[in-house]
Amino acid sequence: MSREDTYWTDDEAPAQAPASAPSPLPPWSETRVVGKPVPRVDAYERVSGAATFAADVILPDMLHGATLRCPHAHAQVKSVDVSAAEKMPGVHAVITDKTPGANINWYGGSRLFDPHCRFEGEEVAAVAAETPYQAWDAVRAIKVEYEVLPCVSSEEEAAKPGAPVIAPPPPQPPGGAAPQQAASNRVPAGKPYERGKIEDGFAAADLVRERTYSTACEIHNPIESFGCVAKWDGSNYLTIWDTTQGVFPVQQQVAQLLRLPLANVRVIGHYMGGGFGAKLSASKHHFITALLAKRTGRPVKLFITREEAMLAVGNRPPVRMTIKAGVKKDGTLTALQMTNVGIMGAYRAGAAGGVDFVLRDLYACPNVRVDWSDFYINAGPSRAFRAPGHPQGAWALEQMMDELAEAVGMDPVEFRLKNVPTVSQANNNTPYSTHGLKDCLAEGAKAFGWQEARRSSPGTGPIRRGVGVAAGLWQGGAGGPPATVIVRLFGDGSVNLNMGASDIGTGTKTVMAQVVAEELGVPLERIRIEHADTGTTQYASASGGSKTVPTESPAVRNAALDVKRQLQDLQAAAARDLKVPVDDVSLVGLDFVSRSDAKKRIPAGQVSAFRSRGVIVGVGYREPNPTDRVTRPFAAQFAEVEVNTRTGEVKILRFLAAQDSGRVMNAKTFANQTFGAVTMGVGLAMTEARVLDRGQTGKMVNANLHDYKLPTALDIAPDPVCLPIDLHDTFSNTGAKGLGEPATVPTAPAIANAIHHATGVRCADSPMTPERLGQLIATAAKRG
Amino acid sequence: MEEDRDDRDGVAAPGLSRRGFIATLGTGAVAAAAAATAAGAAAANGEAVAGPAEMVRVALSVNGRRHYLMVEPRWSLLFVIRDRLGLTGTKLGCERGECGACTVLIDGKPRYACMTLAVEAEGGEITTLEGLMNGEDLGPVQQAFAEEDAFQCGYCTPGQIMAVEGLLRSNPSPTLDDVRQGVSGNLCRCGSYALIFKAATRAAEIRKGRRT
Repeated sequence: MSREDTYWTDDEAPAQAPASAPSPLPPWSETRVVGKPVPRVDAYERVSGAATFAADVILPDMLHGATLRCPHAHAQVKSVDVSAAEKMPGVHAVITDKTPGANINWYGGSRLFDPHCRFEGEEVAAVAAETPYQAWDAVRAIKVEYEVLPCVSSEEEAAKPGAPVIAPPPPQPPGGAAPQQAASNRVPAGKPYERGKIEDGFAAADLVRERTYSTACEIHNPIESFGCVAKWDGSNYLTIWDTTQGVFPVQQQVAQLLRLPLANVRVIGHYMGGGFGAKLSASKHHFITALLAKRTGRPVKLFITREEAMLAVGNRPPVRMTIKAGVKKDGTLTALQMTNVGIMGAYRAGAAGGVDFVLRDLYACPNVRVDWSDFYINAGPSRAFRAPGHPQGAWALEQMMDELAEAVGMDPVEFRLKNVPTVSQANNNTPYSTHGLKDCLAEGAKAFGWQEARRSSPGTGPIRRGVGVAAGLWQGGAGGPPATVIVRLFGDGSVNLNMGASDIGTGTKTVMAQVVAEELGVPLERIRIEHADTGTTQYASASGGSKTVPTESPAVRNAALDVKRQLQDLQAAAARDLKVPVDDVSLVGLDFVSRSDAKKRIPAGQVSAFRSRGVIVGVGYREPNPTDRVTRPFAAQFAEVEVNTRTGEVKILRFLAAQDSGRVMNAKTFANQTFGAVTMGVGLAMTEARVLDRGQTGKMVNANLHDYKLPTALDIAPDPVCLPIDLHDTFSNTGAKGLGEPATVPTAPAIANAIHHATGVRCADSPMTPERLGQLIATAAKRG
Repeated sequence: MEEDRDDRDGVAAPGLSRRGFIATLGTGAVAAAAAATAAGAAAANGEAVAGPAEMVRVALSVNGRRHYLMVEPRWSLLFVIRDRLGLTGTKLGCERGECGACTVLIDGKPRYACMTLAVEAEGGEITTLEGLMNGEDLGPVQQAFAEEDAFQCGYCTPGQIMAVEGLLRSNPSPTLDDVRQGVSGNLCRCGSYALIFKAATRAAEIRKGRRT
């Protein structure tokens, strides 16, 4: 099966909704609950400790698993001796490549415990024992003989003639010949993207600029690591408590690879401690845990350590990007050419593309060309990571835009505004359903006090101040089918909302409860949500791609409207109960009221025809999006920094994020998610980089949170501002576009541009550490 | 104080004095190596010493309740709180003192439970997230976090709340800078720091009874 993550964009979303789906309604014109800053419906659970994350699940008789991983960047396993480990106290199972059932195909032509270990941290064996301590004792007692192989840790090494070939063989066709080993580390290149003629664009330009940029490899690092609890009931029914963005994708992969009926795989993911793309689908540990549970006949919990997660679960791949751009003196873009060299890691494990999309769609430009090459190296596989490719592409494009503005003598905001397109050029010039880029730039600049801040002097001492701007968009964010939601109204007017989507911390549950409250007039405290359980809730795709609210909220609204329609059908029965004529009765909230005598009223749940049913069940589906429009979220962000030119240290003083994500569904969670995306962008800009022991062992030298630095409370602007551009889109019946990803796209280049404004130094490589920046500033000063 | 005896891990070992050498240890591999050295030194002095996988008796005072348990000397306080006492409000994030998800209070001060051995914590008054509750009601810091939406996924949140609780116990009126320093040992990958700052300020108000 494909290991590609389920990361839908509007280009790929399935187009058909079930035939019974009602015709789309326009979004609300006025709202009472939607959009308001209501507290989360599950705030109590999350702050009291009552929320049970997968890592918190403790089952009777549960064992603990641990995994033995290859300590070398590239090695062949010659032998695995588990005899000592099996005799250790508390140990119940040791599994290896030889274990029956472990022959699971993974990463195309590789296996669960493949003896050819292509990166440091590949799985070699696993143990289940009474305590995690005993499991690790046993892991350390497994004797493995490795043949250490030469490794490649960079694209330069990978491209050298005679370099060891990393790429796994393709899967063997049924009944076909033995698979062929790939000939080189270069991933077969796709067709270049081209619109217009790039040469014509450069010929028409008054000025041409070219620069090469790079972004470092970033690792997701959700604070709840990766893992699950697996429990078999007999040999045919498996339950997995998982920390996942999507219970259904995990269910599908597990059922397929373990050859179980879908109905017999129950995946539960009520609370999860962050994913950022790395938990969209199943990982090897799901299968290792299931195998250990099967062999021991006991539930097994296996959570991998921080170091293992750093090495093996996925990353935002590093990329080198060269942009050559042409511009006329009046600030009109004539040509954008991008050449990217990416690093896949050892396997093609997820969405590594998307780097060029911002360049293809953000600004009006008739001549665009993108060429791409990608390499396998001996390092952990890449995986979808918050807006795959987009923050990297924006890092390059938005710094180039700054440079071009300077070259033509325009203000960076003015220059961007001049080049705002009217249609989506990357989608055959289709109009956008709403297009808030102009508003993000103009209103953001106004709220930030851009002009004044930009004009004021950076200072003359060692501490320099500067402001920068960058814009961005996200390819997805429209959502779309499939989604099914059930809303059940009980006789006392309380509601059960049943949906399969995970709430990954973005406030999904809260927003959906607001939609129900809006339509049915039920207070939020009387709405109970069942979600993220393949056994008991309705189908939903993974919460990723900034599509959860745009996908699910219209389905929730449809389900609530279905309940409302069924209530209206009770009108005749209500009239009988109230002993008034049918046309004298109307539904007000959840009560039937006599028009002529308001004292005559009966709660819908008390109507005889309701009581005989017990509960009203409304079903809602997500309708397809209109095909004549492209729906896309936009952003512009503004940073003010202070740079210590002696040390290269940067303080982010102020930050403003102007976000067009369609209708704001909840002002509180909207701002929170925006700040979170900006914080992650600060990580890309300032602190985060995987470091490999290049040219030596190839091992990762900073596989811990001390040396791999996530932004802390001291690294962000103390009081950031979120400015929602609350455009009411009509592509769906709620008009909400995605937010989580677009908000992280422009952050890093906004900071880089501010640093340039403060110091005159252009830092083209992330992260802008004090060492790197200090060196650039010193070199620039020497050049004078 | 309520007594809660948990002897399910086996018969109590003879009352060995191990506090002396254990106090110098860290956890994990370092602990194993150090334990071997310390054990050797102690054995040379003729003292009885617990082996690394040998159970010892420990009395832990958690949220005002006393628990008697058999533990391996190498078990972290985090493991015992979560897996033996079932208090899973305290989270496991990195197990090496880098993320702060496991922050608890020991004698009112924030401590990483992953870097504290259970046997080290004996004699201290341990407070976990659950210990901030007043029955079913949220404590002031928890209430402030809920009001200010100071979290997203909520996994680092118990540690953040304990860090703020510890801060406010020693400094009831912190400045923004005090707050930033106070929670700088707690990583939030969802990036809700700015709202955590607001929650800390709000919590200080609530604690002073200045509910608005």
